[in-house]
Amino acid sequence: MDRFVFLTFDGLSKGAVLAAFALALVLIWRAARIVNFAQGAMAVAAAYAAYSVTSATGSYWLGFGAALAGGLLIGLVVERAVMRFVDHTSPLAEVIVALGLVLVFQALLGMFYGNEYLPVGTPFSRTALTAGGVPLLSRYDLFVFGAVLLVVVALALLFTRTPVGLRMRASAFAPEVSRLLGVNVGGMLTLGWALASAVGALAAMLVIPTELGLHPHAMDLVFVSAFTAAVVGGLDSPVGAVVGGLSVGLILSYVSGYLGSDVTPMAVLVLLLAVLLVRPGGLFSSTVARQV
Amino acid sequence: MSILRNSTLLRHLAFTLLAGVVLYLLTLQLEPFRNFQLATVAAYLCATAGLTVLVGLNGQLSLGHGALMAVGAYTVALSQNRLSDAGVTGNQVLSLSLALGVLVTMAAGAVIGLAAARLRGPYLAGVTLAVAIAVPAATVTFDEVFNSEQGLPVYVEPPPLALGLYFPNERWQAWIALAGALLTMLLLANLVRSRIGRNLRAVRDDEVAARLAGIHLARTQVLAFVVSAACAGLGGGLMALLAQSVSPGAFSLTLSLFLLMAVVIGGLGSLSGAVWGAVLLVALPDLTHDTTDWVTLSPEVAQRLEGNLPLAVFGLTLIVVMIAAPGGVQGLLRRLGALVRRRVPTR
Repeated sequence: MDRFVFLTFDGLSKGAVLAAFALALVLIWRAARIVNFAQGAMAVAAAYAAYSVTSATGSYWLGFGAALAGGLLIGLVVERAVMRFVDHTSPLAEVIVALGLVLVFQALLGMFYGNEYLPVGTPFSRTALTAGGVPLLSRYDLFVFGAVLLVVVALALLFTRTPVGLRMRASAFAPEVSRLLGVNVGGMLTLGWALASAVGALAAMLVIPTELGLHPHAMDLVFVSAFTAAVVGGLDSPVGAVVGGLSVGLILSYVSGYLGSDVTPMAVLVLLLAVLLVRPGGLFSSTVARQV
Repeated sequence: MSILRNSTLLRHLAFTLLAGVVLYLLTLQLEPFRNFQLATVAAYLCATAGLTVLVGLNGQLSLGHGALMAVGAYTVALSQNRLSDAGVTGNQVLSLSLALGVLVTMAAGAVIGLAAARLRGPYLAGVTLAVAIAVPAATVTFDEVFNSEQGLPVYVEPPPLALGLYFPNERWQAWIALAGALLTMLLLANLVRSRIGRNLRAVRDDEVAARLAGIHLARTQVLAFVVSAACAGLGGGLMALLAQSVSPGAFSLTLSLFLLMAVVIGGLGSLSGAVWGAVLLVALPDLTHDTTDWVTLSPEVAQRLEGNLPLAVFGLTLIVVMIAAPGGVQGLLRRLGALVRRRVPTR
């Protein structure tokens, strides 16, 4: 029972990170109808920026800020310099260009920082607090929940309560009409990419210390899990991304806890296939006639 | 000559025979290391040609072909080792193992293909990406069979004695791999020109129109996946023979991405593009290695560039090709050829 409780809390903490990362995928999907396969590599690049700043200044929080700022900047550059010029008529082109970006990012990081796992510290202790002898959550887990919650609320407020959010939603849903009404649609797209990339960077900052450490491939499996989470929620729904993230986190935690951590990649595949075959639109999609 | 022009099969056969003779003479001239590289190109060619059929002709994206190569490679490894343990010898054992590798990979391809036929665009890419990550992980989970990260040695018999006592092993390997690649290319070239090939393209271009024309969508897509998986399985099996070992590290996500890069850069529309892609896969790391050797660097910097530089060059080329020249190398060559042909008669 203790183990189950521990795995549940551990799963929720992992799930919160997956939720943030899935949210980043959903942001870009809503803005540009692209699944950003380079999201993981971009997030790792931001985490490496944080690593540099933290080792230079000795402050975790300066590094944390650098990761967010770096995330914004990377998203902005990727959209302005690369994605803008891709032929959007075939989904193949976008995915392939994103994969090209993955290779470039991973190669550059490997060149500058080496292909070894770099240890990263956490701002709070990772030893679990106990309640009545049962280990529950660590201070770090609480920090993860807090950070993700903050981002979710901030994004919700941005999209529903601010003029910029309204413009972003408008240009995603009806680009032509928005342009006629004077919305800078290209700018909104860039902003969407920058925001998503920053959210992805935050997720990377939160998850990397709990894994093996910083490595050019550190986010590969996280990306696939988060993609699964986004698909569970149905790529279009931010609420779905959060719920999907938490449920995928829980499932993966139980699988790795009871069956061993080597099984997780296979569990992700099975889960992804199961969801896609049963409900391709995700669990939170409203029924829409599929266009073939 | 007119027979050759009229019969696709005979034309392809003649081409294959000609290529076979040229390559045979080439293997006699090349030094062992170059023969080994030629064999590696041939092994990659099996996989890239299969992937070209899937992505280029059928429009289904797969990021998991490296994993399918792993399936073929591990099957060949297990089969070779079991057969030699059982005392079965002779060089025909090898063809049995390779055939087994192809069959098992086809089965795996059919399973993925059945799922893939229901999925589109990014969803399919996501599933095949998960396959690319899950298959190497499976070798760790079932470590009694696959011996986790260390992998398995592959028992391969030396070249037959009839060829002489000092026959270079690399030339023998090159013959096997080239035979596999030529067979693959011959079969695929005929498939592409057949009714099935036209169905594949029809499904890629317009699913609704294809269905109206009486083409069974799902069946066509699954078939494309199975054919493509068979090729990847053969390629993987040949890789296992060349390296005489298999390990999950050799079939990582990066390999899957590399295969996709290769067919895109080579040119998605045609099988000839797959040849360029396979050559690039072997030549590019070698070229960048030579370049870094040529510029004197500190050992630490050289070590960091090794492996990472080809990765960066590949990624960058891919982005540029996709944005500037979606036809790839083969598309550029074709445009060049058309230009020359237009010039010549007017002169």
